[in-house]
Amino acid sequence: MPLEISGLVKRYGRGADAREVVRGLDLKLQRGECFALLGPNGAGKTTTLRCALGLTEASAGRIRLCGLPVPGQAREARARVGVVPQMDSLDPDFTCAENLIVFAGYFGIHEREIRPRVPELLAFAGLEGKETARIQSLSGGMKRRLTLARALVNRPELLVLDEPTTGLDPQARHLIWERLRRLTAEGTTILLTTHFMDEAERLAHRLAILDTGRILAQGSPREVIAAHIEPQVVEVFGDWTEAESAGGSGAAAWAAAHAGALSRRCEISGETAFCYTDDAAPLLAHLARQPGLRTLHRPANLEDVFLKLTGRELRD
Amino acid sequence: MPRSEAPPPPATAHFAPPRLSLRLVAVWRRNFLVWKKLALPSIVGNLADPVIYMLGLGYGLGLLVPEVEGVSYIAFLAGGTLAYSTMNAATFEALYSGFSRMHVQKTWEAIMNAPIALDDIVAAELVWAASKSCLAGVAILAVIAAFGFTASPLALAAIPVVFLTGLCFAALGLIMTALAPSYDFFMYYFTLFITPMTLLSGVFFPQGQLPDSVQTIAAALPLSHAVSLIRPLLLGQVPAHIGLHLGVLALITVLAFWLALGLTRRRLLK
Repeated sequence: MPLEISGLVKRYGRGADAREVVRGLDLKLQRGECFALLGPNGAGKTTTLRCALGLTEASAGRIRLCGLPVPGQAREARARVGVVPQMDSLDPDFTCAENLIVFAGYFGIHEREIRPRVPELLAFAGLEGKETARIQSLSGGMKRRLTLARALVNRPELLVLDEPTTGLDPQARHLIWERLRRLTAEGTTILLTTHFMDEAERLAHRLAILDTGRILAQGSPREVIAAHIEPQVVEVFGDWTEAESAGGSGAAAWAAAHAGALSRRCEISGETAFCYTDDAAPLLAHLARQPGLRTLHRPANLEDVFLKLTGRELRD
Repeated sequence: MPRSEAPPPPATAHFAPPRLSLRLVAVWRRNFLVWKKLALPSIVGNLADPVIYMLGLGYGLGLLVPEVEGVSYIAFLAGGTLAYSTMNAATFEALYSGFSRMHVQKTWEAIMNAPIALDDIVAAELVWAASKSCLAGVAILAVIAAFGFTASPLALAAIPVVFLTGLCFAALGLIMTALAPSYDFFMYYFTLFITPMTLLSGVFFPQGQLPDSVQTIAAALPLSHAVSLIRPLLLGQVPAHIGLHLGVLALITVLAFWLALGLTRRRLLK
């Protein structure tokens, strides 16, 4: 099994100041699957990855990475893992090709062995012909792709990516997604963290939603949506006033007056009402008679589950 | 509450003895490859300052001070110059370049994702900073020999002493790097430690000129031990108390490295 975590606890500080960042987390990755860890900032995603790689010691729990115990044999286990960290850590003193060759050296891979693979690795990252390009001349998206190529120098069984597409433009995101799909098709297991729901929905075979150090939901994207949320969503926004309404106007006032009867559950966020329902027809028929209100009817998605489970408050 | 409550690892775990592997060679090699790209300007940079001081002070002050401890002032100064320039080269590498790689470029973090532990990285930085200071030291020694300030084959024995001096100051510097919030922090280390030590360690004048109370402290400074070994070797003499001086430099290296590693683990393995 590429990664097996049970009862993981990570605590910072001691005594009264102790703060639990990960609180009893269990995770099992199947070979060849893409698994996404979803969670708001501070949910414990990066800490979980750091524990799994043996870069910080867990306070409690059991970790096996590529079948080896962590932290006991973390060094040996990491030889079979590739990592794309959140922050750019490419070596600015080297060219693109040198970055790959020097990094392979950290795995004990000789230059003779890696140099013939450099063009293929760069091509995989969409960086054909960039062998001698300096890191400073690369765009953000190119740097992230080179980091992906760098994570593949040791032909890893497990590829770990911490927010791989944060800060990238749509073109770069789509290229990275396509490459990650190709890797899982070839049998590489992938573990990624993200707070982009569409990324998780498109890429992940299975996912876990994490908040305040605990897993709140786990399964395939479809399973998680089916288990945690009504299938249809109607977003309501715009102007609304009604003679008999107690006061106020807009979607919130409309929701207070009617949403309870017409939907299973309704959440207000700012000036928008999110109505969750199994059958949207009666609600839509009612809304058609409210000229000031505008609506958006769509199937429920992962983001709805995420917001339901982790709340709508900002996380900083 | 989670099951299997184990006590949190004690804070002292960060100061456990180093566990090193040969993979540290790959990290040393990374720094060497970067240096190789800019080897000439790097050597000139390490060389120019001490050589200008040595020639300027040596010839200038040398006119006023005809002889020190039985040799010309510039010949006296040559050994001190080699010792303190080695200290400076190792210190700069461990502080500024080390901090860049650890904190700014995240080079260490990238390496830790490979099968290399932080212990190997810090040890590689130690040996690399000493290597670079030794490369600069050899260049200075060549200049000293070219000017005829040393003629003894014993001067070649100064090279391993220069390497040990580099290790010692690299280890001390890595403590500062582990503690530094930013580059500005290093200023304190230079003004409060390195500069006073350079003046007290017998680089520019014999320590006998210092007041008695200061002499005792000055003799204990690491740079004093380096000067006590390097100067006689350049003058063709076998240094007195070789074992003591080598022992102190080696002991400081080991203790400072241990402390630097513990502090770095505490900083990065959170």
